[in-house]
Amino acid sequence: MAGHVVASVDDIPPGTRKLVEVNGRAIVVFNLGGDFFALNNRCPHRGGGLADGIQTGLVVSKVPGDYCYSRLGEMVKCPWHGWEFDIRTGKSWCDPARLRVRQYPVTVRPGAELVEGPHVAETFPVRVENNYVVVEA
Amino acid sequence: MNIELREPDVRQTARLKVIDVDLHPKSSVEDLKPYLSKRWWDHLQTFGARTRQGFLKGFPYPKSQPLASRRDSWPPGGGLPASDLDFMRQQYLDLYPIEYAIMNPLSPTGQGDQNDEFSAAMAVAANEFQLDGWNARDPRLLASVVVPYEDGEASRAEIRRRAGDKRFAHVLLKSRTNELLGKRRYWPIYEAAVEAGLPVGLHVFGTSGRPASNTGWPSFYIEDMTEHASCCQAQVASLILEGVFERCPDLKVVMIEAGFAWMPPLGWRMDKHWKTLKAEVPHLKRAPSDYLRQHFWVSTQPMEEAEEPDHLMDTMTWVGWDHIMFASDYPHWDFDDPLLALPPSLADKRRAMVLSENARALYRLD
Repeated sequence: MAGHVVASVDDIPPGTRKLVEVNGRAIVVFNLGGDFFALNNRCPHRGGGLADGIQTGLVVSKVPGDYCYSRLGEMVKCPWHGWEFDIRTGKSWCDPARLRVRQYPVTVRPGAELVEGPHVAETFPVRVENNYVVVEA
Repeated sequence: MNIELREPDVRQTARLKVIDVDLHPKSSVEDLKPYLSKRWWDHLQTFGARTRQGFLKGFPYPKSQPLASRRDSWPPGGGLPASDLDFMRQQYLDLYPIEYAIMNPLSPTGQGDQNDEFSAAMAVAANEFQLDGWNARDPRLLASVVVPYEDGEASRAEIRRRAGDKRFAHVLLKSRTNELLGKRRYWPIYEAAVEAGLPVGLHVFGTSGRPASNTGWPSFYIEDMTEHASCCQAQVASLILEGVFERCPDLKVVMIEAGFAWMPPLGWRMDKHWKTLKAEVPHLKRAPSDYLRQHFWVSTQPMEEAEEPDHLMDTMTWVGWDHIMFASDYPHWDFDDPLLALPPSLADKRRAMVLSENARALYRLD
């Protein structure tokens, strides 16, 4: 796997996501409060594009009538059949042990380091003074 | 850098053809206005539609996604999902090898409205708009004969008006009707459909005012969805046991969006009771499952997804491979992708039957 510079950190503010292409693969990069996560933009159920889905939270219930809503914005819901995935792990909410969306490692690197290589930003210039999102894929 | 990513596998599309028996084009009441008399347009403006449910502008149950549609199906240029032909082509009709798609408009169509005459006027308008607004612009889109099904004779008149017009594929009913569909008040629909050479498509939902379950109103949308199986079992049993197929031996019924895993056991159950209760229904000349096997077709979406894939294949064998037809339900949230939805283990011949050939035969498409 090679590192690919896919965006400037400023391009994906906290709470947003961005659809990028790496080697012909569509990957959606999320920023959850400053932490970046990259998921394959293809739902493992029937292929819906996760970048078009809403981000929602986790609702759990120990017993009927008792609900806890947490992790606001940390689940992505497929725009087709509504399957939900944990953005931090790629695991599905319905069957986390067996069904997950492929996740790619992401790092934030300073431009000063990147301009030295070996990473390549194919589609935009890298400036020394900025920080960049690098996806390993 | 943002890109469109979903390119179907060209090796597959080169040899596959798809006939979709369930697509939901969206029109507005303004679209129908040119086809409504001033009397009915004024009525609509003054009194509105009066479906038999409590929410004037909403659904009895909250849908999983807004307007029950794929979140990526809202046209970029504005408007509702499946209201923009160009975007529908881009996202569905041209993206997949769609030969034909049968339109089943759900609303506004006047079906199930409490005012029978208004229901009949709306059906005419909905049918005209399917022709002018959709079929004339893309002949792959075949129309349904929307009928005001609570009024048998008005429905017969509308079917006769469309008889012989090859742009119409079937007569459209919904599953939640005021009475069970085998009752005689609905027989004019079946007689006229046979006379016109059209199958009857029975699409789930409808607002009859009756609870979704026969024991009252369920709490959740997931129950609303699950219950279609029991509603459709009651409708199929009623059609068979009331003798509709003895009265109309050429009638063909397509169950749309109803699933199908419930169907074979329904046949077994009816047969078991029929052996001891034949005298109650002497108008039946054959075992109930014979009528089931001969007169009913099913559509795929939403297929039951068995934990063990072989179980689904067994079920499809019991239904009959020549009576199963692909449906996408585009643009709805539970859309099935023609290239991904069918079980991977399906052999090519059966895959072709389900994706297009069974529908081609039933609807007599070239």
